[in-house]
Amino acid sequence: MSADANQTRKAGAATFRKRSLWHDARDRFMANRAAMISTGIMLTIVVLAIIVPIWGPHPLEEVYWDRMMIAPTLENNHWFGTDVNGRDMFARVFYGARISLTIGVLTTLVAMTIGVTYGAVAGYAGGRIGAVMMRFVDIVYAVPALFLIIVLVSVFGNNFILVFISIGAVEWLTMARIVRGQTLSIKEKDYLEAARALGLPASAVLVRYIIPNVLGPVIVYATLLIPINILVESYLSFLGLGVQEPFTSWGRLISQGAKEMEMAPWLLLAPAVFLTVTMFCFNFIGDGLRDALDPKDR
Amino acid sequence: MPGYIIRRLFFAIPTMFVIILLTFLLMHMAPGGPFDDLVDIDPEVLANLRAAYNLDDTVWKQFLAYLGGLLQGDLGPSLVYREQTVGHIIAVGLPVSVTIGLSAMTIGLSIGLVCGIVAALKHNSVLDYTLMAAAMTGVAVPTFVTAPLLILIFGLYLSWLPISGWNGGQIQHLILPVTALAIPKIAAIARIARGAMLESINTDYVRTARAKGLGEFKVIVHHVLRPVFIPITSYLGPAIAGVMTGSVIIEKIFGLPGIGRAFVDAALNRDYPVVMGIVIVYAAFIVLLNLIVDILYGFLDPRIRQT
Repeated sequence: MSADANQTRKAGAATFRKRSLWHDARDRFMANRAAMISTGIMLTIVVLAIIVPIWGPHPLEEVYWDRMMIAPTLENNHWFGTDVNGRDMFARVFYGARISLTIGVLTTLVAMTIGVTYGAVAGYAGGRIGAVMMRFVDIVYAVPALFLIIVLVSVFGNNFILVFISIGAVEWLTMARIVRGQTLSIKEKDYLEAARALGLPASAVLVRYIIPNVLGPVIVYATLLIPINILVESYLSFLGLGVQEPFTSWGRLISQGAKEMEMAPWLLLAPAVFLTVTMFCFNFIGDGLRDALDPKDR
Repeated sequence: MPGYIIRRLFFAIPTMFVIILLTFLLMHMAPGGPFDDLVDIDPEVLANLRAAYNLDDTVWKQFLAYLGGLLQGDLGPSLVYREQTVGHIIAVGLPVSVTIGLSAMTIGLSIGLVCGIVAALKHNSVLDYTLMAAAMTGVAVPTFVTAPLLILIFGLYLSWLPISGWNGGQIQHLILPVTALAIPKIAAIARIARGAMLESINTDYVRTARAKGLGEFKVIVHHVLRPVFIPITSYLGPAIAGVMTGSVIIEKIFGLPGIGRAFVDAALNRDYPVVMGIVIVYAAFIVLLNLIVDILYGFLDPRIRQT
């Protein structure tokens, strides 16, 4: 840190360059090797998830009657083997990646939208309204998310869109708490008082001070929420409540693979490895982002 | 302290009420009715059936009737299994779920604490790194991956343990499901315990204890360990919720007749009274256990009681 500061001072003497906090955060993140490797792996999986279903050696639903449940082999390009119906697992794993990752990101966006709005309103309103709003969050918190999601899915049906709305509609609680806490603490800051005293309207205060200060923790938590939501969708699919045919996700593939694991363990292992690697990567990226963005550790 | 407990109780009761109200309203919004599958039915008979189940009353009247039944321990009939009440289904499944849940929590706490403490005492050693790498893996690998892998290794390849069924709760039938359920808890508790230990080892009062010549064992037991239990206790709430969520998956994988499996089957069959009854039972469990955790917390940390 001090070496870094020295360097900045030296550089600043020669050519003064304005460095934003985001710039600093990016440098700190790039210095974190585990987070950078994880980002690389995740980008690779995302690129493969996009191109394999389009340009891969086998189409997703092509059934090879003469090659059912064969082990991973280079012959005929069945790199991850084939499933019980003779469909290529390599194609299915990356098609599943598409669905799992899409659901992970979309549900997180839904949760973020609800959570940030709710938390910011509760924090900014404060007083009785804020207290009642947070009491409601506390109450819903008492029921584990998966149960509420299962209830929502069983009531409203389990098509693709309803599944991710249900997950997002339940997973916003923590986000709301974080944003409210952050908003409350910023509201008390002197610079905000000064801004208000200078006659800045509430909307400008929100845009210029509250949102940038809330953004750091929100980004960190969103990164950690993506793997949680991927996992929730996998749980649902594993239980038969998630995405349905012809869609498939890692959870569905794992649940189908678990049925055949004695004869064909690769059907379980291939999607399980990718899911686990994704969990690891997002956790490392989240930790890296927290270290980079959390002002406490600077 | 009594004031603190009463305040916590006052939070628990409205919590339960709101949860019951929310689930009731959700179930009420569900499309389809319980008699939809009776196609060739006389409209008059249908009207009588609806009247018999109070389906024509207003929502709040139905809710009050449900609440009244609930207070007397009556959760209503199952819509799929005509002979069984929701109460009966829960009474059969609950002992199974509680057995595996409690065993998993106990194992998670004891092994997790030991691993975390050992890792902290041997800080930066090979043992520390190995334990923490294992814990990281335990946290990241989901239950529905570990469970089939355990079945594959210990049930199918080695044939040491039965792979499914309950069989009256025989110990061999418990080992695999409880292990699968306990692994993430062991991992999480070990990580928390290690972190808290490392923090408390570096405090001034521990240095004072060493400076006054106390033996290393006494320093650890009397001074280093005590604050470790505070973060562990606050993790107990989420851990209990996690074990309950995990047991839904585990019961399904291992074919155990617990309420988790009954819950998933009911959700798949749209057996709403059963879904609702089980959610309420789960919520009651969590609210009660959190109450106990809160009270424990008040004992461990006197600062909490004031707020």
